[in-house]
Amino acid sequence: MSRSVTIIRTGPQALVQDLGRPGNAHLGVPPSGAVDAHSLKLANRLVGNHETAAGLEVLLGGLATRANASCTVAVTGPAVDVRIDGRLVDSHQPVHLGASATLEIGTPHTGLRTYVAFSGGVDVAKELGSRSTDLLSGIGPDPLRDNDVIELGTPNPASGADVVPPVHVLQTLVIPIRLGPRDDWFADAETQLRQGSWTVSDRSNRVGARLQGTKLNRRDGEIPSEGMITGAVQVPPDGQPVVFLNDHPTTGGYPVIGVVDCDHLRFLGQARPGTTVRFRPID
Amino acid sequence: MLLRRCGTDALLVEVDSLTEVAAVRAALQGLDGIEELVPAARTVLVKGALHQAREVLKTVDLTKAPTTHPREITIPVTYDGPDLDLVADTAGVSREEVVKLHTGAIYEVAFCGFAPGFGYLTGLPRNLQQPRLDSPRTKVPQGSVGIAGEFTAAYPRATPGGWRLIGRTEITLFDPTAETPVLLQPGDQVRFVIA
Repeated sequence: MSRSVTIIRTGPQALVQDLGRPGNAHLGVPPSGAVDAHSLKLANRLVGNHETAAGLEVLLGGLATRANASCTVAVTGPAVDVRIDGRLVDSHQPVHLGASATLEIGTPHTGLRTYVAFSGGVDVAKELGSRSTDLLSGIGPDPLRDNDVIELGTPNPASGADVVPPVHVLQTLVIPIRLGPRDDWFADAETQLRQGSWTVSDRSNRVGARLQGTKLNRRDGEIPSEGMITGAVQVPPDGQPVVFLNDHPTTGGYPVIGVVDCDHLRFLGQARPGTTVRFRPID
Repeated sequence: MLLRRCGTDALLVEVDSLTEVAAVRAALQGLDGIEELVPAARTVLVKGALHQAREVLKTVDLTKAPTTHPREITIPVTYDGPDLDLVADTAGVSREEVVKLHTGAIYEVAFCGFAPGFGYLTGLPRNLQQPRLDSPRTKVPQGSVGIAGEFTAAYPRATPGGWRLIGRTEITLFDPTAETPVLLQPGDQVRFVIA
């Protein structure tokens, strides 16, 4: 019998994500992949999957799924209420989902994105080596819809316990940033970054965390489009920075004042609109 | 050549021309440990293997663009684009001569960007080097062939766009499920022929 789960309802947004398709930027293809890859890898380990297996990235909870065959699931990311057939179970633990049992994920207490791994992983066709949905360029499976049935791969034996603290997203983030490559477009970029203060805009998405607040003063004009990396902080003419996340365009023409340290990027990716953001320039 | 820091594991190599971009890309291509190598108009972004990349860049000859091309690609075009008259008028030639000029040149994929599989081709004859439209179209149909500035390109899918459109191709430029998903890759040589 094929193993699958049925999506009863998706909540605000539910996407298939793995670790993405880096290495294709020269073709104009964004890296995509889980915004909080750390949490997806943990979820995969908990259910005995390889870290590269595909799971679900669920924005602000609200997902309900029904198992069509017995499987093991784990929900990671920020702390969140998880219910199986209405009974509260632990997040950040492997739990058994019996055939026709229903898994429901509440709204995370902090943060944005929870991750669901199923034993065997979500088995959709790979595109450019990855099962991730890329919302910018439309590569990979469509965003999940109610009543979708998703196939699961062959499970591995569980590989033992893991230590899994939930992601706790603070109300104020202080994000380390390295200046460049275009900090020379800004008068005293370091001071401007250090002294500024921003909040996460509700226009943020998987392309970028848009910040609003202190205007970063820059030269006028544009740069001939140049390559962009995840974590780049691009500054459009209005001076409001955009921190590129996984579905960012591969090239861009606005100056990048600095690049966010990759270990801290996932906290920005988990930051709800209204979260305060400050930068700490580092060498 | 200027090396600009881009976080901990990437560098933006800034040069003065597309020829120098091609030279830098060719010099770095294939280095062990490179995760991304992204040529653009005046820069090459390199992610990973920074130590080796810096060593290679110390001795790279920027005047020598690669003369060999990994692949040669022919794109059949039906030249009936909505801006063909505008392009002919601007160039001061007939529609037929626009077609002759566009099919007569040999192009190279300088870089990709804007959308998956969108290759910026250099080699456009000088009188076809024309500005973008004053007002971009909200939807350029898939397969449209256009010109803008020093570049010509074919749209892999329907997107907004401001290029002057001279024709269309049926060829598949991007198919994420194919073994080679992208038809045009940096360094490829390209010709257009009448379909």
